[in-house]
Amino acid sequence: MLEFGILFPSVLNGLTTGAVYALIALGLTLIYGVLHIINFAHGASLMVALYAVYLLKQHLGIDPYLALPIVVPGMFALGYGLQRYIINRASHGRDENILLVTLGISIVLENLALMFFKSDTRSIETPYTLTTVAIGPAMISLPKLVAFAGALVTSALLLWVVTRTDLGRAIRAVAKEKHGAKLMGIDVDHVYAMCFGIGLACLGAAACFLLPAYYVNPQVGNGFVLVAFTIVVLGGMGSFVGALVGGLLIGVVESVGGLFLGESLGQIGIFVIFIAVLLFRPQGLFGAKA
Amino acid sequence: MKRDLAAIVLFTAVVLGVTATADSGVVLTFVMMTLYATLMAQAWNMLGGYGGQFSFGHALFFGTGAYVQAMAQLNLGLNAWLALALAVVVAAGVGLFVGALTFRYGLKGSYFALVTLAFAEVFRIIAVSVGFTGGGVGLMLPLQESFANLQFSSRRGYIMLVLGFVVAALGVTAWLRHSRFGAQLQAVRDNEDAARAIGVDPWRVKLGAITLSGGFMGAAGAFYVQVFQYIDPSIAFGPHTSVEALVAAIVGGMGTLWGPVLGALVLHLLADLTRNLFGQLPGLNMVIYGTVLVVIVMFLPRGLSGVGRSVRDAWRGRK
Amino acid sequence: MTRQVPEPLLGLNGLSIAFGGLRAVQDVSLDVMPGTLTALIGPNGAGKTTLFALMSGFLQPDSGSVRFNGADITGRAPHLNARAGMTRTFQIVQPFAAQTVRENIAVGAHLHEPRRAAALAAAEAVAQRVGLAPQLDKPAADLTVAGRKRLELARALATKPKLLLLDEVLAGLNPQEIAEMIPVVRSIADSGVTVLMIEHVMQAVMNLASHVWVLAQGQLIASGTPGEVTSDPQVIEAYLGPGAAARLQGAHLQGARSQGGHLQGTHLQGDGA
Repeated sequence: MLEFGILFPSVLNGLTTGAVYALIALGLTLIYGVLHIINFAHGASLMVALYAVYLLKQHLGIDPYLALPIVVPGMFALGYGLQRYIINRASHGRDENILLVTLGISIVLENLALMFFKSDTRSIETPYTLTTVAIGPAMISLPKLVAFAGALVTSALLLWVVTRTDLGRAIRAVAKEKHGAKLMGIDVDHVYAMCFGIGLACLGAAACFLLPAYYVNPQVGNGFVLVAFTIVVLGGMGSFVGALVGGLLIGVVESVGGLFLGESLGQIGIFVIFIAVLLFRPQGLFGAKA
Repeated sequence: MKRDLAAIVLFTAVVLGVTATADSGVVLTFVMMTLYATLMAQAWNMLGGYGGQFSFGHALFFGTGAYVQAMAQLNLGLNAWLALALAVVVAAGVGLFVGALTFRYGLKGSYFALVTLAFAEVFRIIAVSVGFTGGGVGLMLPLQESFANLQFSSRRGYIMLVLGFVVAALGVTAWLRHSRFGAQLQAVRDNEDAARAIGVDPWRVKLGAITLSGGFMGAAGAFYVQVFQYIDPSIAFGPHTSVEALVAAIVGGMGTLWGPVLGALVLHLLADLTRNLFGQLPGLNMVIYGTVLVVIVMFLPRGLSGVGRSVRDAWRGRK
Repeated sequence: MTRQVPEPLLGLNGLSIAFGGLRAVQDVSLDVMPGTLTALIGPNGAGKTTLFALMSGFLQPDSGSVRFNGADITGRAPHLNARAGMTRTFQIVQPFAAQTVRENIAVGAHLHEPRRAAALAAAEAVAQRVGLAPQLDKPAADLTVAGRKRLELARALATKPKLLLLDEVLAGLNPQEIAEMIPVVRSIADSGVTVLMIEHVMQAVMNLASHVWVLAQGQLIASGTPGEVTSDPQVIEAYLGPGAAARLQGAHLQGARSQGGHLQGTHLQGDGA
């Protein structure tokens, strides 16, 4: 099992999955870092994006990668609307309420999908779905490699937005000191909604990269939710670097764990890490102590 | 306390009356399923409403109770009633374990909710992967109707069983409202630091709440197994169960005696209504639960019983 | 008969704590004698509430010790300290908002009283003492600031403390409310409870306290009777800035010549957050 020829591909696969995990986690950590909301609807939102990509391919023949300019803004709009008009209104300023509202949204989204699409698992076929590329002894599927590259590029883009643009400055100001930002004339509600929108837009990108190598069904969000939370908590709530590193790490753990324990039990490794981090080092690897 | 007890007696009498006189299987099933949902909501309410700790993975205790109930009979040959007692105790024990771990490290709020979710998922994965739980296929209880076997030919028997638990839960909840432990628990819920300053040990109090909550939720799981003679990992530990418990408690009104009853009743009526109007669409129920949850949190954060209270307060001129 | 030197009820020895680079409390030592009503004053940000948190177990000191009633309780959990007889209130009031005044106070009473009915009765009695009797069945969230301060006091009182740590129990009250509260605090002390209060309202400090400690920038800079402490130039400078003592001395002499006015009775505020 520890043979290089088996371990290496497993690690590589883990990295490619991990990059997509990282992208998903980035959106989540952005939302938490700025709004201090734990977005329980993150997994369900990813599922919505995946279905969007799927439908675009099945009914309009649009290739997933070409769907990026459609899905990403679409998800952004969804996120903006959800935060501005539902989550914001429902919270009455209390954390527990936000918890419940995002939970409620995730339930509604997941089960609407169940109603419309039934519980069948669907995947798409593209000319490159089955292509593989050789890296050393490993044969990595092309879609996964594209996902890896795409996720990293998108993450870099996100980091650029947050550090170099005016919007990014506004976001960081609001994250640090909401009232002060308000006094400076920043429309906090708008910034919050923009953040949430960006977080969901990341999911849109992730979906475009994910679907060629993966599948979609109404429950797929559940699988990603806990993994995303594990990464965010492991990396440190609100830390971008943490989300990136954490994502790659978890991807590798899942892949190698699956190698030794079989796929189902390998998943337990992730949750055990999750629980352990929450108990023993809640600030994660890179986060600030709460 | 006397008023609460009187109300509980009245409630029991009404349910017994309906059960005894109703002829239609539909009505009896409705009563049974509503009481079953009530029990789960009551269990969640003890920890969430009175303790202030929101669990998103309450299925953890449900599934534990269910699997113990099934496995004790199938694998250990235990009598169904003994299995039931064991199921409740083990589920309470799991509550104690999870509580001891998470509260010791001061987890609360969203983090606590996440951890309960993670624990439920871990148990689900174990149940799927391990042989003696029947794996993904689940476990089936052979049909053997008898009182000793806790399997009844008519719904009435099951109603009595679940009613027993519901009344016990009502009793415990009433006790929480009129006891030192309950006062300390609610103090910790409302302001943990202030409670500590006046001598309350938050860890012990939360531990007590989660143990009670786990035990009652386990009873619901065991009940499910007896009624449907079947359990599998996704029913036992899946999000559906966790959500049903919490939505009913919140919709009815957290931290109240009758909130869970009201919430379970309303949600069930709603579910039946939509089933009659739109047919048995998978997922429709949950869409409604989720929407109701969001709507209630947005407009009626104290739940439906909060409406009653506001009206009463206005009437008494308190507002 | 040998003359016994009374043991302090509360003894702090070299207590220190730092948060990152900020040394919030530096090497503070003091003794609170039983049966006294004493005060801890100092400008805002001096570390007074931090000191309370260290005493009562909400914070662990980096060094130093806390002795209470003859035992070392350094860093012991707050609820255990409450059980041993040390109860604190909070500067920013923390009511159990969802519950009534009676229920709030009852939680305090329950520390020593396991029975519900007895605890509720005790709560009523305590409410009478602090003047909250008319509000017993009101939800705590409906109380005014003055009411909430009284509730905070009542809840702590219900725990039958030996030592009561009051953190700015008069802050936010108007002069009439302050005038009503002062006799309440005195009666508590008269009933045998040792009281240590953090206060900014100098009128109360002068009126009530037999001994005052002054904390500035985490350090104890003065200790003595209220009169001694308020005329201490170091204390004046801590509140009003360097050179103030000299200026005031000059003005004092002038004023003494014309009308004999002095500092007692003024409300000394801190010099900033």
